[in-house]
Amino acid sequence: MPTRYDPEIGAEIIASFGARPEMLVQILRGICDRYSFISDAALRQVAEALNLSRADVHGVVSFYHDFRTAPPGRKVVKICQAESCQAMGGRELTAHAEQALGIALHETTADGEVTLEPVYCLGNCACSPAVMIDERVHGRVDAAKLDRLLGRGAA
Amino acid sequence: MSAAAPVRVFVPRETAAVSLGADEVAAAVAVQAGGQPLTLVRNGSRGASWLEPLVEVEVDGQRLAYGPVAPEDVHGLFAAGFLEGGAHRLALGPTEEIPYLARQQRWTFARSGRIDPLSIDDYRAHGGLEGLERAFALGPAGVLEQLRISGLRGRGGAGFPTAIKWQTVADAASDVKYVACNADEGDSGTFSDRLLMEGDPFALIEGMAIAGFTTGAQKGYVYLRSEYPLARQVFGKALDIAREHGWLGRDIAGTGFDFDIELHIGAGSYVCGEETSMLESLEGRAGLVRYRPPLPAIAGLFGRPTVVNNVITLASTPEILVRGGAAYAALGTGRSRGTLPFQLAGNIRRGGLVELPFGLTLRELIEDFGGGTYSGRPIRAVQVGGPLGAYFPEHLLDTPLDYEAFAAQAGLIGHGGVVVFDDTVDMAAQARFAMAFCAVESCGKCTPCRIGSVRGVEVIDRIIAGEKRAANLALLEELCDTMVDGSLCAMGGMTPFPVRSVLRHFRTDFERDSAVQKPGTAARPSPATAGARIAREPDARSAPEPAGAREGRQGSVEGAGP
Repeated sequence: MPTRYDPEIGAEIIASFGARPEMLVQILRGICDRYSFISDAALRQVAEALNLSRADVHGVVSFYHDFRTAPPGRKVVKICQAESCQAMGGRELTAHAEQALGIALHETTADGEVTLEPVYCLGNCACSPAVMIDERVHGRVDAAKLDRLLGRGAA
Repeated sequence: MSAAAPVRVFVPRETAAVSLGADEVAAAVAVQAGGQPLTLVRNGSRGASWLEPLVEVEVDGQRLAYGPVAPEDVHGLFAAGFLEGGAHRLALGPTEEIPYLARQQRWTFARSGRIDPLSIDDYRAHGGLEGLERAFALGPAGVLEQLRISGLRGRGGAGFPTAIKWQTVADAASDVKYVACNADEGDSGTFSDRLLMEGDPFALIEGMAIAGFTTGAQKGYVYLRSEYPLARQVFGKALDIAREHGWLGRDIAGTGFDFDIELHIGAGSYVCGEETSMLESLEGRAGLVRYRPPLPAIAGLFGRPTVVNNVITLASTPEILVRGGAAYAALGTGRSRGTLPFQLAGNIRRGGLVELPFGLTLRELIEDFGGGTYSGRPIRAVQVGGPLGAYFPEHLLDTPLDYEAFAAQAGLIGHGGVVVFDDTVDMAAQARFAMAFCAVESCGKCTPCRIGSVRGVEVIDRIIAGEKRAANLALLEELCDTMVDGSLCAMGGMTPFPVRSVLRHFRTDFERDSAVQKPGTAARPSPATAGARIAREPDARSAPEPAGAREGRQGSVEGAGP
């Protein structure tokens, strides 16, 4: 995923939504899908293009969990924290991930490899616990399976 | 002729199946097939998630099932001649005769898993678009009459009569109206919206077109959560196909009716599943809930009259028009008419989607279909209706699944999600989570929700720690009253439901001291509760605390504090 923000691509994303202010959430979504976070440069460009104040855009960015303002690790690992996964050991799985990676939820490993995030339901509740790694959902994840998915520990 | 036709093999492209390796299974099937003529269909799911990946092969017009299939099983399946229906340890016989599926009554989910979700020909061949054609023949008044007779109520959770909502929008004087579909399925334990959008996306498009035609709306919006990337792909593609075939756009089927749908993707906010918060998000803003009145049916999206319905409500309307409102109303009980796609989740042996008429008991659903807990341990609690739903103890499992019967027990059916917990659950931790989740997800507009949830976590922590327990329990009850009475929407207004259900049915979990252990956890410190128990019993001797468990749990609350 590109990390250096290209204002021309930003302009394309904005234009693809007709630069309509009511598409702000979708435009930010588009930027996040492309860059995985909303940089200050992107925020300024969006505000100007939609004729909104930067404060307006910041308010929307900060409201939604998906809109990060800093680049995540190369892999984003989201572990479901909701009830169905709790019933199947989701809390222990989270603790295992934190221990194995040496970070807490919302943090990134020092080598920039993995960002660990909570997520509240992936809709895979019949196969709990569920984990999403870069847009791919995994079901019935126990500690061993998570280690495998992260490429850590014995295969 | 049939000898020349390639065999059709079905491997679901649906989140649960893919989460258990369906893509790898599909790839293995393609490799194993070699030069053999074979058509690989990526269907949706039948809903028997516990059998996923469920591979089917069509032999002499009959679908035979094998499952759950792992990629490494594929070689053996070919060796056993599964393309001709050969015997294999994973063989389940004809798919339609699998008891879990055969005993259901499918209306809304009649096609999911059976068809290629992105083939409009398959859709038509299985009765698709007949509902919209019926709507054109009946006219708006006729559709409203059928809906009224059917007794259909909103499947998103609130259970408001659909016919009344649509009538209100139809009667509203405005040259611009909207249909806004709520696909922000955030309740834990629910996945029916996703299953439908991945397995039968045209049904939602058809239902929305019926709503538009009936109420005079020309534009529809679907607000889909970002946690469903596969549904986004499939549904987005279905919209393109519907447009290509003239089922969206101008002058649909030569009737003069114009209708199109715009797909919006959410951004990880649970509260955006609340209808007015969703409308704010669709307008490009933070999802702060709106005051009501005015109702969205009068002044909704961009201030215009708007039908706001859940995916399942909208997708149920075509079949109701095809089979008739009276046939739908003939099913169910009391004021809960028709069928509901229930979803079995959590600690359950046979999780998945079960569509049945209202009226069966929670126990029948969990035991007869779900087969009890996954762990094999006794059931201790069942949460129905998502994170705002009550936890039911064992003795309430005979409550019939019906909106009013659940309300009478201070519970709700909501969107039909059923999450089962075994006897290792710590219910004080579950009550705490309800408040903590509300603190994370509150939109922040009203004080009882924004502040009440944070105070709720603190009070529960004190109770668990044994600080002035009686006084803090009374305070928690009072806090629940304040949140119920004073919150703007269901987020703060119903978070007390699960909390109160724990106070009512599982109070001992709040009052446990080290000397008193409930049965089931005394002998064996459960991994599911060890972290929480230690958090409140610093001197506990039973088990080492998993590193990071406390930080992780507390971090999720603190990180979201206002």
